[in-house]
Amino acid sequence: MSIEIKGVNKNFGDFVALQDVDLTIPTGQLTALLGPSGGGKSTLLRIIAGLETADTGSVLIEGDEATHLPPQKRNVGFVFQHYAAFKHMTVAKNVAFGLEIRKRPKAEVKRRVQELLELVHLTQFSHRLPAQLSGGQRQRMALARALAVEPTVLLLDEPFGALDAKVRKELRDWLRRLHDEVHVTTVFVTHDQEEALEVADEIVVINDGRIEQIGSPDELYDAPANDFVMGFLGPVTTLQGELIRPHDIDVSTEEGVLGAVRGEVVRLLRVGFEVRLTVQPADTHDEVSVVLTRSHARALGVDVGSTVWLAPNRGANRVPAMSRAAAAG
Amino acid sequence: MAETRAGRVREPVPVRWGLRLLGIGYVFLLVLWPVSLVAKYTFEDGFTALQETFADSDVTHALQLTLVVAISAVVINLLFGVGISLLLVRYEFPGKRVLSALIDVPLSVSPVVVGLALVLAYNPRTGLFGPGLASAGFDVIFATPGMILATVFVALPLVIREVVPVLNEIGDEQEQASRSLGANAVQTFRRITLPSIKWAVVYGVVLSLARSLGEFGAVKVVSGNVVGQTQTATLVVESKYQGFDQATAYSTAFLLALASVLCIVVVSLLRPKETS
Repeated sequence: MSIEIKGVNKNFGDFVALQDVDLTIPTGQLTALLGPSGGGKSTLLRIIAGLETADTGSVLIEGDEATHLPPQKRNVGFVFQHYAAFKHMTVAKNVAFGLEIRKRPKAEVKRRVQELLELVHLTQFSHRLPAQLSGGQRQRMALARALAVEPTVLLLDEPFGALDAKVRKELRDWLRRLHDEVHVTTVFVTHDQEEALEVADEIVVINDGRIEQIGSPDELYDAPANDFVMGFLGPVTTLQGELIRPHDIDVSTEEGVLGAVRGEVVRLLRVGFEVRLTVQPADTHDEVSVVLTRSHARALGVDVGSTVWLAPNRGANRVPAMSRAAAAG
Repeated sequence: MAETRAGRVREPVPVRWGLRLLGIGYVFLLVLWPVSLVAKYTFEDGFTALQETFADSDVTHALQLTLVVAISAVVINLLFGVGISLLLVRYEFPGKRVLSALIDVPLSVSPVVVGLALVLAYNPRTGLFGPGLASAGFDVIFATPGMILATVFVALPLVIREVVPVLNEIGDEQEQASRSLGANAVQTFRRITLPSIKWAVVYGVVLSLARSLGEFGAVKVVSGNVVGQTQTATLVVESKYQGFDQATAYSTAFLLALASVLCIVVVSLLRPKETS
């Protein structure tokens, strides 16, 4: 097991950032720490890196006690949201930094920097300064710099958070492919559930300083432990007292299925291929959101004012809406 | 900077010219004209005044002493200034705001008060350290160490006030990245922090040097103003002027002004190359 975290607590003044966190991160995998801002995921990552110290608890990296080691002795690669590029050094010098600190022979440093710049497709930019690169290029440089020292674990703190949507998507695919090539144990923090679902082998959902659930993307999506996880991994709506995904609701224009909820379409919004309906059920006040494909909506002929019957899709996963409140109470 | 220039509000032409004239006139009447008069009087008889000045051994001694005191003070303020800046920006500790406020005291307190305070604290008879140091044969007051002390005091905030904003602006992520790549604190400071704050440090040093060369009040009190021994260049200017040796007073004043102007010219010549 690559990283073992036991009983970690961390407070910033009155604010509880992490509360009794136990977590084991397996070797060679890409693990996502997913959760809302301020939930403690970045703090956990920084504790693994040694950039923050836990109030209590321990951190083991590859079986070695690392709780009290300074960051430079942990052999971790860290990639920051805002790149943390060394502004006064060229791209090649940035990548070479860790190797030069380790006093590797010049020829080896040169060869290794060359390899890494090829890996991140920045060879022709090696003599530029970071200010002359785009955000995506800077982040690729930061990744090469972190990988140069052959870290035991690679830690990425919201690595694509400062990039625009298109570059973010490209880099995400690229990170996945890179990981399949390099196989270094990688932990990345994100608040974007799509990013986590797409890239990670395993997702750790963190909220309010606690771990809500650990599992593969499919496990989390198909069997969320509670309404928080369900809500965080994608859009949800409430139907008959249960949380359900809006696209898991069957809509029909006549009463067919037993127990279907009758309601009136009060809003209709088309976004590309999607049609989002807001339905006001006849028997409750809570509106239900439903998502249909454009063609399906057209075939049904629904519009604002139509009467529809809603029922959970077969195979839809549902979570009782009050599970969290009940557990807390 | 290009963005702010492009986005700047354009004033009507008369207003713009009016403001420019006002600004230039203000600086001319306060700075340029009076200082140029010093130069004018220095060179009234060609280089004779300067030659006579350099022939006066009391004046050359004073100039040397000024250099020794100013350079020592700048070195001390450089080391402590960078250290205290790092402390103020990178660390949290109780009393941080008090420390930050105390650093500005030298700017607000009159140098004469500084001089008197140092005499009280370090004099060989009643001061806390004075008697001990005096019995060890180390004079502070009425000697070079006291003058360095006074100069360090008055120039204390200059390096810090240049470096602190830059440290704040660059943040600590680059330093954290350096640590995670295996660099220890010293390596991180030398390779990452120092290159980033280099120009702020240079600017602070130049300002400190200019301030230290020109210090008068505090040094006058702690030095005792002994001709040929503890008299610095600024004290020479005063005593020569009062002794009706105007020519020497003007030339010494001119040399002081020249040194300060040179400092600032050198920095402004170096600086644009770095930022481009």
